Amino acid sequence: MSEQEIKDLEKIFEERIANDEKIEPKDWMPEKYRQMNIRQISQHAHSEIVGMLPEGNWITRAPSLLRKVTLLAKVQDEAGHGLYLYSAAETLGISRDEMYKQMLTGKAKYSSIFNYPTLTWADIGAIGWLVDGAAIVNQVSLTHTSYGPYARGMVRICKEESFHQRQGYQIMYILANGTKEQREMAQDALNRFWWPALMMFGPRDADSTHTDQSMKWKIKIKTNDTLRQMFVDQVVPQADILGLTIPDPDLKYNEETGHYDFGEIDWEEFWQVVKGHGICNKDRLEAKNKAWNEGEWVRNAAVAYGEKQKEKQVKKAS
Amino acid sequence: MSDNKKSNKNEWPLWEVFVRSKNGLEHRHFGSLHATDTEMALKNARDVYTRRMEGVSIWVVESKNIHASKPEKNAEFFEPAEDKIYRHPTFYELPDGVKNM
Repeated sequence: MSEQEIKDLEKIFEERIANDEKIEPKDWMPEKYRQMNIRQISQHAHSEIVGMLPEGNWITRAPSLLRKVTLLAKVQDEAGHGLYLYSAAETLGISRDEMYKQMLTGKAKYSSIFNYPTLTWADIGAIGWLVDGAAIVNQVSLTHTSYGPYARGMVRICKEESFHQRQGYQIMYILANGTKEQREMAQDALNRFWWPALMMFGPRDADSTHTDQSMKWKIKIKTNDTLRQMFVDQVVPQADILGLTIPDPDLKYNEETGHYDFGEIDWEEFWQVVKGHGICNKDRLEAKNKAWNEGEWVRNAAVAYGEKQKEKQVKKAS
Repeated sequence: MSDNKKSNKNEWPLWEVFVRSKNGLEHRHFGSLHATDTEMALKNARDVYTRRMEGVSIWVVESKNIHASKPEKNAEFFEPAEDKIYRHPTFYELPDGVKNM
């Protein structure tokens, strides 16, 4: 393609974005748009998949059968969400295996929140309430993203997330209204997950390298700081109902802006975890690699079985 | 659906999933997944796309068997319909007073 032809295509593409038209897999798109989408969607997918680990940790120790089936259903949903997202990314021309390898080798990132351990049962409540709550704020905004398959995946995911947040909040509510030990356990989980949940929205807008172009192409719809503020505004009254205290002395309702002001995030901790030095980074990648390697014979056996089935069908037909 | 040129040999084939959400409605494209045979594709589709009773019937077809029109050729491909405004009811003006038409 000549330079002029590419320029013309770029112009048409920009117009379509400006008109809020969705971009579909076979449409022409700038290479950078393709790459940015692959990066964002695959990271999102990896987060769903790695996110199963901290919760999976409590499946066998859930305090009742109902809690156990609920947690199983939630973890299964996370696997499903990962699959929707991998499929969406695959439409951009990258293979599932390639994406997965980027995650296994640590080349691709996933949400840092999953590098924190789940020490008590209350953590499962805090994760549903705060981590899924933060994810919902982000994902609702992404239902308007410009890439069609990603937007459709988000719609499907958002429909399922609400259950995740509610079951978590209910766990917190019951603990917060339980014995002294249970209340303390709930408060402790909130103390540990509050700041990491705020970090889920990513660096400050001023420090976010991808935000400008991403917003211009409507891959991202709202900035990190905007989404973070929306989350804080939603969650603070919910904490009040629980009777728990958010671990931020600077948290205060601002009459003028109509929003909650909150304290400074520990960005040093954020970057440390992003760079791989969080509490569980190593465990998470080891667990995923172990599962991948030990599952190899299963994947191969399934391929062999599939081929046999095909041969049988051919024989039957002839 | 994907035009996957980079997929490696050991990767399970890609399938497209179509779900009828209830009788009376058509099957609609829901998404895609990987599976090694039709039975696995159907079961995976059930587990991935209908965990909350979203469907009463599922079709799966290997993605490589789907042929698509090319968006860059849209102008000429869909051109035959473009100048046939007489196919639309609004083309025909009705005298005042005509109802239910």
